[in-house]
This record gives sequence, structure tokens and C-alpha cells, in this order.
Amino acid sequence: MRSVMFRFHVCAGEIFELKAELNSDKKEKKKEAVKKVIASMTVGKDVSALFPDVVNCMQTDNLELKKLVYLYLMNYAKSQPDMAIMAVNTFVKDCEDPNPLIRALAVRTMGCIRVDKITEYLCEPLRKCLKDEDPYVRKTAAVCVAKLHDINAQLVEDQGFLDTLKDLISDSNPMVVANAVAALSEIAESHPNSNLLDLNPQSINKLLTALNECTEWGQIFILDCLANYTPRDDRESQSICERVTPRLSHANSAVVLSAVKVLMKFMEMLPKDLDYYGTLLKKLAPPLVTLLSAEPELQYVALRNINLIVQKRPEILKHEMKVFFVKYNDPIYVKLEKLDIMIRLASQANIAQVLAELKEYATEVDVDFVRKAVRAIGRCAIKVEQSAERCVSTLLDLIQTKVNYVVQEAIVVIKDIFRKYPNKYESVIATLCENLDSLDEPEARAAMIWIVGEYAERIDNADELLESFLEGFHDESTQVQLQLLTAIVKLFLKKPTETQELVQQVLSLATQDSDNPDLRDRGYIYWRLLSTDPVAAKEVVLAEKPLISEETDLIEPTLLEELICHIGTLASVYHKPPSAFVEGSRGVMHKRLPAQGTECPDVGNAAGGSAPEAAPSIIPSQGDLLGDLLNLDLPAVLLPLFNTNCSSYGILYPQVWLPAMKAKGLEISGTFARRAGVIQMELVLTNKAMSVMTDFAIQFNRNSFGLAPAGPLQVLTPLGPNQTIEVSLPLSTVGPVMKMDPLNNLQRQVFLATWKDIPNDNESQFQIQDCHLNSASNKLQGSNIFTIAKRTVEGQDMLYMSIKLSNGIWVLAELKVQAGNPNYTISLKCRAPEVSQCVFQCYEAVLKN
Amino acid sequence: MIGGLFIYNHKGEVLISRVYRDDIGRNAVDAFRVNVIHARQQVRSPVTNIARTSFFHVKRSNIWLAAVTKQNVNAAMVFEFLYKMCDVMTAYFGKISEENIKNNFVLIYELLDEILDFGYPQNSETGALKTFITQTGIKSQSKEEQSQITSQVTGQIGWRREGIKYRRNELFLDVLESVNLLMSPQGQVLSAHVSGRVVMKSYLSGMPECKFGMNDKIVIDKQGKGGATEEAAGKRSGHQSIAIDDCTFHQCVRLSKFDAERSISFIPPDGECELMRYRTTKDIILPFRVIPLVREVGRTKLEVKVVIKSNFKPSLLAQKIEVRIPTPLNTSGVQVICMKGKAKYKASENAIVWKIKRMAGMKESQISAEIELLPTNDKKKWARPPISMNFEVPFAPSGLKVRYLKVFEPKLNYSDHDVIKWVRYIGRSGIYETRC
Repeated sequence: MRSVMFRFHVCAGEIFELKAELNSDKKEKKKEAVKKVIASMTVGKDVSALFPDVVNCMQTDNLELKKLVYLYLMNYAKSQPDMAIMAVNTFVKDCEDPNPLIRALAVRTMGCIRVDKITEYLCEPLRKCLKDEDPYVRKTAAVCVAKLHDINAQLVEDQGFLDTLKDLISDSNPMVVANAVAALSEIAESHPNSNLLDLNPQSINKLLTALNECTEWGQIFILDCLANYTPRDDRESQSICERVTPRLSHANSAVVLSAVKVLMKFMEMLPKDLDYYGTLLKKLAPPLVTLLSAEPELQYVALRNINLIVQKRPEILKHEMKVFFVKYNDPIYVKLEKLDIMIRLASQANIAQVLAELKEYATEVDVDFVRKAVRAIGRCAIKVEQSAERCVSTLLDLIQTKVNYVVQEAIVVIKDIFRKYPNKYESVIATLCENLDSLDEPEARAAMIWIVGEYAERIDNADELLESFLEGFHDESTQVQLQLLTAIVKLFLKKPTETQELVQQVLSLATQDSDNPDLRDRGYIYWRLLSTDPVAAKEVVLAEKPLISEETDLIEPTLLEELICHIGTLASVYHKPPSAFVEGSRGVMHKRLPAQGTECPDVGNAAGGSAPEAAPSIIPSQGDLLGDLLNLDLPAVLLPLFNTNCSSYGILYPQVWLPAMKAKGLEISGTFARRAGVIQMELVLTNKAMSVMTDFAIQFNRNSFGLAPAGPLQVLTPLGPNQTIEVSLPLSTVGPVMKMDPLNNLQRQVFLATWKDIPNDNESQFQIQDCHLNSASNKLQGSNIFTIAKRTVEGQDMLYMSIKLSNGIWVLAELKVQAGNPNYTISLKCRAPEVSQCVFQCYEAVLKN
Repeated sequence: MIGGLFIYNHKGEVLISRVYRDDIGRNAVDAFRVNVIHARQQVRSPVTNIARTSFFHVKRSNIWLAAVTKQNVNAAMVFEFLYKMCDVMTAYFGKISEENIKNNFVLIYELLDEILDFGYPQNSETGALKTFITQTGIKSQSKEEQSQITSQVTGQIGWRREGIKYRRNELFLDVLESVNLLMSPQGQVLSAHVSGRVVMKSYLSGMPECKFGMNDKIVIDKQGKGGATEEAAGKRSGHQSIAIDDCTFHQCVRLSKFDAERSISFIPPDGECELMRYRTTKDIILPFRVIPLVREVGRTKLEVKVVIKSNFKPSLLAQKIEVRIPTPLNTSGVQVICMKGKAKYKASENAIVWKIKRMAGMKESQISAEIELLPTNDKKKWARPPISMNFEVPFAPSGLKVRYLKVFEPKLNYSDHDVIKWVRYIGRSGIYETRC
């Protein structure tokens, strides 16, 4: 094998040569030839022309040669499906081989060949291998089910492989269990509601037993799967935690992190006053610290996760500040992350140490790191009031170094310190002004201008300073221009006599010579204010500003909760939900932490409301805040529209349409109702972010019901954090698509003809249970569902009914009612079968009300 | 899960490429080369997202290993797997170099096929893999052998095979510690910790059940309480026992038993394995103290004086001592005088390197240097990197002591007494820095 050398060029002559060697009688020569083929394949040369010759080498008892041929097959089968069929026989034969290694190899490879025709032949051998006597074959077959599912999900379901896979969870061999769990978890991801994993206390117990026995990788699969389970009560939660904690001492960091994930999640359910809760908190710190002695790449993953954990539960690591001190030789990505965590852990108790460290870092070489260190000093000042003075003096020392980017960064953070502690540290302004000339970054320039404007009365030459900026007004970035405008207006209001000319100049620059609308508008507003009522202008421009809050860069709470459920994974490294970087439906389920002490809904079902199955039509939003509210399916809209009654009965309970996470903290839930004959959208807006929200507006996507707002959305007051308001928006159905026809009933013949006309495939049947009504048809008629005919067959009342949706879709229904039986059966027929589910829900709502 | 695995040389040429998932195309190979290997700036993160595809990479000498995925995989697991992959390759063919990889590419593909199935890591213990993936080609095995292999690969004790026999039952324990220190110029300890490993080399017959004991404070306190001479035991052990902050174990150790009773019991793999890793932060013996003195004489001259003091029993000898004193970038010449060992200014490394072969405990030595500087107009001050130190001492700076390692093999006729055991302690410097 060592004699094979790489060749980077495969020319026609060489292909010919290889062909001859592949067909040689000598085994050794054959093998060498296949190796050469694989080498060419690796570097990206096309050797598919040799397909038949390579496949001919497949029938051999030499395992090494066989593996090479299989490797070739996996690469090229897709491009040559017809020829790949030639290999099927050998595969099937190999699946029966007495040697378990060969059986496993065959089933493993066959799953990797993504050719439909081959997949058909795979089913039988796979079925046998799933029940093989040898665990090695079974564990390989378990993964093969996942492979097959990826190629043809329907086939896997039809063949009943999912049940066999479920049985493997009870297998005697721990590795088989682990692989079965991995395969099932993956399949379950693409069927969010299938309840495939069916986690219950019994199966959890099996998993926990296997956890102690399987390989390190198996433990990761099992722990990741456990994290999806929601225990029924705090006692179960505690017992799982107890059995998972030993994993914290595993040498494999991934096992440790996955165990941390399970514990962080289940801890939510434990009562805080429980002794065990405290013990658990204490047990979590040492393993997290140990992760920092791993290789740098793993340290990075660990630090990104610790960043989340510290935000969720700061108490775990509050005494461990020292381990996050940056080492001189740490890679830059580790340094930056450590710095972040240091700031999060900074408190009055350790601030002296932290500051000394940060000062040290500010003299290092890497520009990004130094900047972040300087910024960190500013954040410490804002976070720990007692240290503010020391922080400011440290920053001044740094400014004295005259290193350009250090000075600029320092000025930016000093501006923030002024906003947190007004009228305290203004003595440093003189020092700042000395560095005015060296500022070349917009953020620093803007910060400096803000400072000059804000404290114009204490700076003697404020007008000169600002004037010097004014010269190159049009070359400045918008940020600087806006600050300059405001600062000069402030200056004018404070020292009106000397600065009239200056303010005129800036106002004309902003309003006449600029084509930036923001700048122009602001200029006009100031102009108007100053010219009409200078006193009011003073009140507006020089108003007292709210203090800035302590921690500015926290992750939004709902996102944090979701990320905690993804500890150890890529999502926790990127600090983004999986839906932000994973394509397709896989793994984009939102996970939530369980609530304490209550029974929890199945996490798998938590995917944004239980809207019907019709895929939402997504219209890309133009960078607006909310994304698209009406991504929710429209069929849901039609439900309450049947109510003609003025009362509001039959109105569905509001659903969450837009979770806070997707909309930067704004949660919207709502429902549609018909009140006093007018369709209304009733919205409940909740602000779950940390800042005030204003300027609400709504726009409807063009929809098949012609729904459109009849008036503008009236949300007058700004919405403060954690505040909720209810709004109702009158709707009309005269929107772009359809005009609403009056609802009326069908003629019998038409009904019959239509019933027959609609293909039987479109018929769906539902059960309505526990319904006690004397006259169902009256009740239904009250909701615009008309009975067309009635007949009685074998003691059953058959009611034939029709409904027309506002967009002209007819729905025909057959309702079977048996006297004395509270369960009704309903069959629905419609040309658009997607609406059946909703119509059924509607029936249920109407009948039960 | 892992969608594909690529190995590149330093130029970015692909040496190995194995794709496990359909969503990873051939263009992923190039995307990584262009965006990471050929990128202008320094690597800013070991995880890179390029066009919704995530790349995890590690580097071994000048070889890049990259794992690719489009899903939300367990990131820690991917890195652990990449390290494991490196270990396995090293165990098979030595150093990971371009030449070795090219010469062994068939073997690497065979390994990748075995230890990663559809992107899910499978058993990757070298001991088990070596029983059926060999460089010489598979010998035809008997049926028993085959089932022995498969049960070992999948079994509860995947790291050891049955039927091992030695004429002499022998085991070696190495307690290897690296002591890390960050000290302020004034001699204040900013942070210090020991990260230690217990490496075991065992040549034992059969399936021996082992029990390992050390002077762990928790265990000794517990025993002290149980015994009759409570106080005496407590006092005696007070000196010797150490507080372990945290420890992790090889997968052969029964973790639930450790969690419940804090006893370390296991059936070891044959040959060498890292039994445990641990970390301590309390009562660390710092073998050396470095006292720096840097004086700037005008703009073109620096005077540096560094004193090192050894702080352990005079009968012990430290070895391979090396002190590295960083010098500014604009250094033009250096004159060094040292009492002991050899010192040299290395311009390429911007440092004065002072080497001493041996030094006994409770001794002191010093070096002084005059550094001539070229005048520069660079405004930025010299960052003064810390002075670092390397050494090796024949004791464990954490104070850890092995109390026992008992071996039981009920089926074979050898007892604990027949096993020859060797214990060795080595303390090395980790990152041992003093700011100046």
C-alpha cells in the first residue's frame, strides 16, 4: 500500500492503462490499480469511465479490495445509476455472508448509494440485518434506516422500519441502543409532530441504563436525546438529574457539555428551596472550568456556551473569575470570548482584580482585542458603580498612551459613562479635547461631538471645536453629521449670542445641501422649533436624558432560553437559533425550557401554535421588524367568520401568531372574530424586549379571502417593557382578491351534482365527540351552515349541508347523527381539501358552544 | 451530523475527502480552501460559516482537518471527533504529515468508513480498531475470532479484548503534572493551577479488575470519620491529602461508582491509557519563583535583571530549566551575564533564552542583561510580554500521592502481590509566567 504514489493527472492514456490493470488476472495488480483509481478520485479527477471495470473487481474475498471498490461505488453510483445495478447482486449476497464484518459493510455501503433502483433491493437485506444475531451488524443497520429515510422517507414508513428501530431501543447491546437513538432522533427532526421517539418514563429508564455502558459517542447521542424529554414532575426531573451528573466527570468534553445541557434544562423544574438544587448548582461549576483546559477549539465552544450559562444562571460561576483571565498565548478567539465572560462576572467583590487585568490587556498587540479590553473597562464602570472612578482614571491613563485606536475606543466608552453618571466626571473633558485631531473613526468622532455639545457651557472654545468639524461636513458619515447638527443646536441654546452664525450655517448645510432624508428632517425640525418657540426648543433639545441601563448586550430572554436547550451545538456557538443557519425544516423546531412545577406541553409540539398543515406562503419582508405576521395560514381565518350572531360565541381562543423571539421581543397573539357583523382581528401585543416600542403599523398580505384592514391600526401609547395591550382592528373583505358574495344555500340537485363531481380523494372524515344537541341543524344554520337535505337511514340521521367561504370555495358536508349517541361523524368534501381540517374545527366549535 | 471530512496540506490541496451526506457538494471543498486556508488574515474562529455550511477545523503541524455540516450538530462532539481522528491516525502511522497521509490514504479511508457512519461517530478506540483494520490486509479469521471482534467493537468493554496473556504481570503509573502560574511583577499570584494526568501502562493478563486510590481529601476525610481514632487520622491526613477541584476519567472508569462512593474502579485497556485528568488550585507547590527587574535607561537602553529561586527539598533536582526573557522588537544588541547555565539572545524569537541543565532545591541564580535599542518613532510603547519559564521536577506540585493500585483477576491465578508496580511523578511547567 505504501508504494502507491499520488498522481495528479489522469490522462486518456492513463485511463487506458488502468483499465488494463483492473482487468488483470493477478490479484495484487488489480488491487494496486483500484488504489490508483481512488487516489485520482480524491484529488477530484474524473475516473467514472472506469466504472464497469472497477465494479468487476467487487466479487472478491479480499476485504480490503472490497472496501476500496465500495468507496468508488459510493462516489460514482449516482452519476451512473444503470451500471450501479450491476453491483446489487453482490451486495445482496454479501448481506448473507457468514462473516459479520462483511454483512455490516454491505448494508452500510448500500445505504450510501443514493439510487432509487438500488434502494428497492436494500429493503429485504436491511430487514434481516436489523434482526441479525451479531450486534455489530445491528448497530450498522440502525444507522442505515436513517440513511434510507433520507433518500425515501415514505418507503421507510411503509416497510415498517420505524417500528423495528423503536424495538432496538430495548436491545441488549448498548451501542445498538445508542445508534438507534441517534437514527430515531434524526428522523424525528423531520417529522416534528410524529412523536416517534415516544419518550416516557420506561424508555427514559432504558436510555439511562444504556448511558452507563456505551461508548463516549453513544453517550452523547443519548444525552442529546434526553434533553428533548420533559419530565412529568420535579421528582422525575430530580431522579434523571441524579443519574446524569456522573457524566460530568467524563474525559470527553462533548459528553460533559451534553450532560450540562440536560441538567440546565431539568433544573428549571426543581423547586429553588430544595437542597438538591443547591448541590446541583455547585456540581456544575468544576466541570465547566475543566473544559477550559481542553484544546483551544474546544475551549472556544465551551466559552461560547459558558457565556450563555452565565447569563441564565450567574450564580454558578460567580466565584470563578480567575480562570477566565486571558493567557498571553491563547488564540485570539479564546481571548475575545474570555473577555466577554469576565465582564459578565464582574462584581464589586472582584472588580479590582478585573480592572488590573483589563489594563494589562489594553497594552497587547491585537487591535480587536485591545479595543474590546478598553470597551470592557467602560462597561465595568457602568456595571459596578463603586469602580466607576477607578475605571475613568484607567481610561485616562490609556488616553495618555496616544495609541490612536485606544484613544478612540476610550472616548466612545467615556461618552457612555457620562450618560450613566451625569455631572460627575466632566473634569476629564479637557483631556479628551486634546485628542480631537487624532480621531478618524466615525463612532469616536460622533461620541466626541456629543460630549462637546452636551457640555458646551463648560467648554470655553466649544464653538471653535464644533466649527472645525463643520468644514468637512459633507465628507462625514451620517452618524457624525447628525451628532454635529444636534450638538450645534445645543450649543446655540446654551450660548445664543455668539453662535447664531454657526447654527445658521449647520441648518442650511443639513436642510439644503444634504440629500439624506434623516438629516434633512432633523434639520427642519430644529429650524421650526427654534424659529417658533425657543423656550420649547430648549425643553426639547436639552431635556434630561434617561440613564442607560447596566447591561446592554444581554441576549433576549426567549432566545436565551432556546439557546440553553441547544447547549453544545452549533446554535450555541453562533448564538443564533438553528432556523437562522439550517436550511429546510430539519431541526428548526423551537425548544423551550420547561416551567417549574407545572405539567408541560410536549416540547415537540411547541412549534409556533398548532396551525393547520397547509404550508404558509412566505412573502419576503423588506427588512421590517416583524417579519411577516400573516405567515400564519389563512384557512385559520375563516373559522369564526361563520358566526352571524352578534354575540361573540364561537370565537377561538387567541393563538400566538408571532413568538417574541422572531420579532425582536414583540409577541403577537390574536384571533379573528365577528362582532356586530364586522369581522375584526383582535390582537394582543406584548413587549418582551427591554426597550420601549412605538410606531405600530400593519399590512395584510394579499389573501384569498380578500381580507384587508378597514382602518389603520390604533396603538397610541408606546409599549413599555413587559407591557401588554389589546387592540382590535376592523377588517373588510374588499381587499385585492375576491369580492364577498352573500352566503346562501344550495339547491338539492346542485348539491348532489357537486358531491359527485368532487373526487372521492378529497373526502375526509372526522369525529365530533360528546355533543348533546336537540337540533344540530338550527345551531349550524345560525352560523351560516345550511342544511340542504335530511334523510334517515337505519336510525341514523343524515344531514347534508353546504358552506361557502368568502372566497367562493364550496364545502359540502354529510353529518351522521345517531339518536342517543353523543358522537357525530362528519364527512367533508371540497375541491380544496386543505380547508377540511379547519372546517371540521369550526364545526366542532360551533356545535359545542 | 457531520456531512463530510476533508484533509488538506498547507497549500490547500485536498489529500483526503470523504462525504457522508448528500447536502455537501464538491464545492464545499473549495469553499474552505478559499475562505479559510487562503484567507489573508489570521484565523478568527475555529468554526466558520460559509454560505449556510459550517466548517470545523483543527490544524496539526501544517495539515488542516476540516469537518463540514449543514445541520445544527453537536459542535463539541465534532471537535472531540477531530482530535480522536488525529489520535487514531498517529497510533497507526506516526506523525501526521503530508507524506504519511499520502502513503496511507487507503488506510485512512478505511478508518473513516469505520469510525464515522452517516456522520455519526462510532467506536474509535485504537485498541479495538487494530484488531480488524490492519495495514497488512485482513487475514482470514475463524468464526470465533470474528465474533470476538464484533463483540469487542460494540460491547460494554470495547477497549479490551479477552484472552490477553503475559508471563510477567507489570504496570507503570506516571503522574504527570503541569503547573501553571501567572504572577504579577510584585510577586503576587494572579492565578495558579495544576492540571495533572495519571497515565497507566499495564501489561496484565485476563480481564483484571483494578482499583486506584490517591490522597484525595474527600476520601481521606470520609475514612477518618469512619475510623476509631478519628482525630488522629484527621490530623495525619490533613497534611497529606489534597483538594481536587475536578477530575475526568477514561471511559473505562465506572463513573456512577465514582459519583456515589468516590472510588476509582475499572478494567484497563491493554497497554497505555490516560486513566484520569485532574485539576487543583489549592496549596500548590510553586517550584520556582521568578523575580524580574526591568529598568529603562533613556530611550535606547534597557537593563534587565532576573533572579530565579528554587523552592523544594534540597535533595531533589530540577532539570531542563529554561527562562525566556522577551526583548523589544527594536533591539540592536544584547550583553548578558549569568552565574549559572548558558544565556543567549535570539534575535529571531525576540528573546533572551537562559538555559540551566540542573538545579537543586532551595538555591538561587540570577542573570543580568543590557539591551541596546534602536531609536524609533513608533509611538506605541513596548507591550512587555511576560517572562516565561520551563522546567521539569521529580515530584507532583499538587501534592498528589498514589496510595494504592489493587489488581484482582478472579479467573486467573495471579494475585495483587504478583503484579510488579512502578510509580513515577513528573512535574512540568505549563504556562508559567511572570509579568515584568
